[in-house]
Amino acid sequence: MLVVYYSSSSEYTHRFAQKLSHPSMRLPLLTRDAAVEVDEPYALITPTYGAGPNRGSVPKQIKKFLSIEGNRELLRGVIGAGNTNFGENYCRAAHLVARKCDVPVLYRFELLGTPEDVANVNNGLESLCQRQQYAT
Amino acid sequence: MTVSGEKLKLVSHVDAINWNRVQDDVDSDVWDRLTANFWLPEKVPLSNDVQSWATLTQEERTLTMRVFTGLTLLDTIQGTVGAVSLIPDSLTPHEEAVYTNIAFMESVHAKSYSSIFSTLTSTREIDDAFRWSTENQNLQRKAEIILKYYRGDEPLKRKVASTLLESFLFYSGFYLPMYWSSHAKLTNTADLIRLIIRDEAVHGYYIGYKYQRGLERVDEAKREELKDYTFNLMFELYENEVQYTHDLYDSVGLSEDVKKFLHYNANKALMNLGYEAMFPATVTDVNPAILAALSPNADENHDFFSGSGSSYVIGKAVNTEDEDWDF
Repeated sequence: MLVVYYSSSSEYTHRFAQKLSHPSMRLPLLTRDAAVEVDEPYALITPTYGAGPNRGSVPKQIKKFLSIEGNRELLRGVIGAGNTNFGENYCRAAHLVARKCDVPVLYRFELLGTPEDVANVNNGLESLCQRQQYAT
Repeated sequence: MTVSGEKLKLVSHVDAINWNRVQDDVDSDVWDRLTANFWLPEKVPLSNDVQSWATLTQEERTLTMRVFTGLTLLDTIQGTVGAVSLIPDSLTPHEEAVYTNIAFMESVHAKSYSSIFSTLTSTREIDDAFRWSTENQNLQRKAEIILKYYRGDEPLKRKVASTLLESFLFYSGFYLPMYWSSHAKLTNTADLIRLIIRDEAVHGYYIGYKYQRGLERVDEAKREELKDYTFNLMFELYENEVQYTHDLYDSVGLSEDVKKFLHYNANKALMNLGYEAMFPATVTDVNPAILAALSPNADENHDFFSGSGSSYVIGKAVNTEDEDWDF
């Protein structure tokens, strides 16, 4: 299944996405870059910004991407990148996007992710793909 | 507190800092996050823990106070030496400013343990615990190892030492308030420690990020040398941490549980420096109660892929309070 992700210049999420066996597409670093549109079902990976309930947790680039209705319709689930040190705000952006778009949080991992995280996401996306095929 | 014969190292040239011309967006993002996170121990109702403190055995109290004096020592080092030692190596003026914020918050952390002590215990017990911190060899050794690199003349090695302190060395201590919290004890103290844990995550992320920016400016041979150095230092600190953990926790039978927490956080410290995790999943299986005390929703059952998919319940739609989220 296609994986769409945003990664800041720290590259954590980018490095995780590159280890996946599924095709991936990185959203542009700058919000002023042209909007990206997808034409197949996909899973979204988002890091969480800010550290509290009062500030934007969801990266602007993710918001811009999801502001396109066609992109929202093809979203099948969200994967969160984060750090448990942020307590109840761990992977907050993934939960916010999932609720807003009525899709599940598929998985969460910390920082660069471990080999187990990569295997779990690969397997999970594979079975999600198969379920999609049965459904259509 | 000064050491004769050592030259004071300062930034060689200073221009007025212009926050309207930021070369690295991470500097301003981290500044905003750190200032938004600002807190003081006076805001946490520690006195609500007085009754809970009275339920601890003498042994448990001694352990708790020793753990907190150990953490005080690390925060003091990071506030007065560590973060400050990074300033002259900064790549941007904004990076310098971020380190001043980090240094100050470390001093707030160090002071907050004294707030806990003065709320819960007596002057004599406090003095005893501080005396223990100066006499425990493994604690002193941990401080010596780190201070040696802060005094050294390799900027990138300083960043490695600093990141390992922020993201690894604190955790033998952070374990205990999470443990108490999971047993519904000292819960206000745990709330304060969680604020420190949150701050340390940003510090470790930022210093590790600047280390990786620094690696881009050196050749491949140097990068290899620094990677070897990082893992060697991690092993050296890890062995010492294991001894320190036994010193503290053997009396209450928690050492093995603490070690899993050490492995888990050692991996995160290495990741903050851009390296892959070192400890396999078989030894990083942190007690779920400790993980839940750290991050209440972190358990696997919230994930579609890890839990049984059928049991997943989509959270009810709520209006998010995140601004500029409109579609």
